[in-house]
Amino acid sequence: MSATTYEAVIGLECHVELSTETKMFCACANVFGAPPNTQTCPVCLGHPGTLPVPNREAIARIIKIGLALDAEIAPHSLFHRKNYFYPDMPKNYQISQYDLPICVGGHLDIELADGTPKRVGITRVHMEEDTGKSTHGGGSGRIHDATYATLDFNRAGVPLVECVSEPDMRSPEEAAAYLRELRATLESLDVSDVKMEEGSLRCDANVSLRPEGAEAFGTKVEIKNMNSIRSLERALTFEIERQTKALDAGDAIVQETRHWDEDAGSTTSMRSKEEAFDYRYFPEPDIPALEPDPSWVDDIRVSLPELPRARRDRYVETLGLKPEVARVVVADRGATALFEGAVALDAEPGSAANWVTQDVAALRNAAGDDGALTAQHVADVVRLIADGAVSNAGAKQALEASFASGEPVEAAIDRLGLRQVSDTGALGALADAVLAENPDVVQKFRDGKEGVIGFLVGQLMQKAAGAANPKVAQELLRERLQG
Amino acid sequence: MSDALCDLSGAELSAKLATGETSASDVLASSRARIDAVEDRVGAFLTRTDQLASERAEELDAYLSSGAPQSPVAGIPIALKDVLTTNGVRTTCGSKILETYVPPYDATAWARLAGAGAVLVGKTNCDEFAMGSSNENSAYAPVHNPWDLDRVPGGSSGGSAAAVAAGEAVWALGTDTGGSVRQPASLCGVVGLKPTYGRISRYGLIAFASSLDTVGTFTRTVRDAASMLQVLAGHDPRDATSLDVPVAVYTEGLGRGVRGLRVGVVTEAFGEGVEPGVAASVRAAIDRLAALGAEVGKVDLPHAAYALSAYYLIAPSECSSNLARYDGVRYGYRAPGEHADSIAMMFATRGQGFGPEVKRRIMLGTYALSAGYYEAYYGQAQKVRTLVIRDYEAAFERFDVLVSPTSPTTAFRIGEKADDPMAMYLNDIFTIPANLAGVPAISVPCGLDDGGLPVGIQLTTPALDEATLFRAAHALEADLALDLRPPLLEKAG
Repeated sequence: MSATTYEAVIGLECHVELSTETKMFCACANVFGAPPNTQTCPVCLGHPGTLPVPNREAIARIIKIGLALDAEIAPHSLFHRKNYFYPDMPKNYQISQYDLPICVGGHLDIELADGTPKRVGITRVHMEEDTGKSTHGGGSGRIHDATYATLDFNRAGVPLVECVSEPDMRSPEEAAAYLRELRATLESLDVSDVKMEEGSLRCDANVSLRPEGAEAFGTKVEIKNMNSIRSLERALTFEIERQTKALDAGDAIVQETRHWDEDAGSTTSMRSKEEAFDYRYFPEPDIPALEPDPSWVDDIRVSLPELPRARRDRYVETLGLKPEVARVVVADRGATALFEGAVALDAEPGSAANWVTQDVAALRNAAGDDGALTAQHVADVVRLIADGAVSNAGAKQALEASFASGEPVEAAIDRLGLRQVSDTGALGALADAVLAENPDVVQKFRDGKEGVIGFLVGQLMQKAAGAANPKVAQELLRERLQG
Repeated sequence: MSDALCDLSGAELSAKLATGETSASDVLASSRARIDAVEDRVGAFLTRTDQLASERAEELDAYLSSGAPQSPVAGIPIALKDVLTTNGVRTTCGSKILETYVPPYDATAWARLAGAGAVLVGKTNCDEFAMGSSNENSAYAPVHNPWDLDRVPGGSSGGSAAAVAAGEAVWALGTDTGGSVRQPASLCGVVGLKPTYGRISRYGLIAFASSLDTVGTFTRTVRDAASMLQVLAGHDPRDATSLDVPVAVYTEGLGRGVRGLRVGVVTEAFGEGVEPGVAASVRAAIDRLAALGAEVGKVDLPHAAYALSAYYLIAPSECSSNLARYDGVRYGYRAPGEHADSIAMMFATRGQGFGPEVKRRIMLGTYALSAGYYEAYYGQAQKVRTLVIRDYEAAFERFDVLVSPTSPTTAFRIGEKADDPMAMYLNDIFTIPANLAGVPAISVPCGLDDGGLPVGIQLTTPALDEATLFRAAHALEADLALDLRPPLLEKAG
């Protein structure tokens, strides 16, 4: 039991690869997963004499991001060179931004798990280029005793946006909520694939502790290498515990960069402040100052889509979704599209949202994509259930078929024999038969033990081989018993 | 050999090619014969492109005989400083680190000349990565001044200047970061133009100091410089710093003379360190401008005195970053043997691949950009740069053209200043301010000193006013009517 209670102070630095068609400073295709060194040219390989020319679309996209985060779009900003030697960096400097970034200030409104709103400040959003990738081989396969390295420059020069938050988060959960909200926002802007597993969204965290109630920040530690929102939460939880133990033991926290090891579930020191690089930043002489035309910025502002926060509010206020359901729908662009589409096709919002966040979500998660599913399928499911044409279980089965093949839901229901009989004529005959076969049960009902109707419904369902609408069946039986 | 085709101007050759009096192959043969005759003594080239040139000349002759329209560049033998990339032709920057480097693309400047029919005869020697004022910093060999083989041709574009002076090429391209076209042009008795920064694309100019680097021309006449710039100038989508403004017709006003032109003589032009022979020739040239009707006055550039210091912080800073890419990973020299890791390999490569002057400047620049020193050095130098720009703005409110010597001295002996970097840096005292301000400047021969060595006068105009530069330089050239034939050629005759 620690003597002092500490408060965690967390800030995140997120890197976002933009999904532009071409790279930041050359005409090479910006694609993930191509064979090594096939998406390169003299410019992104840093050949002598080549020059960088900024990609206008990438600039438009970072402005979009800045506007979505309520940042100021700087009327004058500069690219700087960040100098350090590394084999996967073709020029041995990275074109980045320093004291004059494109987007300054701003904030992102997040919602915690219990629905509490919170505003996280954004320090800056700036534009830079990605590096290549090195893979070390030989020895144990780890860097320190590798005998060779291979380099792939396909990623070199891919447009990269760095978004730096203020140290406004106080727990791993808040950090995770921020990252989720940022991801959803970027997704809605259609500027990046935001796939953490492919590295198109990467996140480093700064975390320090201070005694509860204290103003001054403690010594911060930077953690790198978190590849999912879950690993961010785990890493922060580990690090907060590590720092708490150290402080309780009277040890000072060392300002350093630590590496998160997903398998070990722990962080280890990479380098201390003394070993930190001197990047020798200076203004990039090959690129004139960025001075975006205000009318261009206005055009981009006008074209901004509805952002997750506003969308969530609309779902709750005008569509009547529960806040926690709205949050789940909005957190995922695919879910949002299916939901919006189904509602546009007149599906009842509440049940459309339930399907999208539960059974549909399970199918999409398992497949890793949307399969052959469309909003029409979702709308049909909602409608057919409401009409009593199919049971929930039957609809789920039909949906699986539709997901796999794109087959219309109604066709799948018929093909699989899932349609419920709601025809009172046909079911009425069966109900008469059930009542005739079970006179003692009928007597019990009439003696006031109305619960036995469940048994009678079961009998009727059996006779109908499961294809009866249980609701209709019960109504028919009740009419007869009470009549 | 006074009648050799390679001694004619580009304009004269172009006229002969147009009438069919001569062919591109004949012109090339003349240039090649000259190279064969003098190159072992001059050493202007690092790479000759004989085979390519022959093929090119033959193609051109077929094209020209069809009566197709002809650019003033067509059929002219041209040499390129070896810091300009040539697709498929080795480009070394005068450095061991790029000894085997064959670029996969053409520099825009060269592509424009090639597209207009220029014939590349070879890549010229230079100070390593264009750092130097004597060509002695070439990793391969020094270049010898055709006017006196014991003397330097100037630098860093020494090979290009010497090649044009000796008739090995009719025109050449160089690069000018602090005077590297104008100073060797002055020392070799040819015309050297540094246009406005951004007027010619830098794409394919292997960077030394990006904010100062400018492609420049070597010719034997001012008219040829104008013709060459006409083809080279213009916006290039591959260079974000190239200017997207219309290109003037440079040859149009050449003959308009200098009457009424306001000429400002830079105060320091005849100050300490300027050789008497240089001062005398430049003074005489200024007197001729006055005699031709120019209004001559004195102009002060108060911050020019700090320009040299600012330059030696800005240029090395940019160089330290620009040259970081030479690491043995992707191309060029790689230190042989086993290395502890990739970084060790990179450092060994750089230690072995760069020469002493390049290392000196990388270290200077690395230091100037270091945390804690940035404001005191790089930041301060940029402020001086702003002041130099303002000096020019003020000067050009009163004058159309500024004049000074190009270099304080004529060609010095090989080895004379090699061990004294500071003395060497002072060579560029008159040329550096124009690079800091980005304004155009030209060096035109204006006489010989007592030792028979050429002297150059530098003219400077406001940004993008190359037309006035050519007009004034052409008037002076016509009036002086110098016969500038290096003694080497008489002997070679």
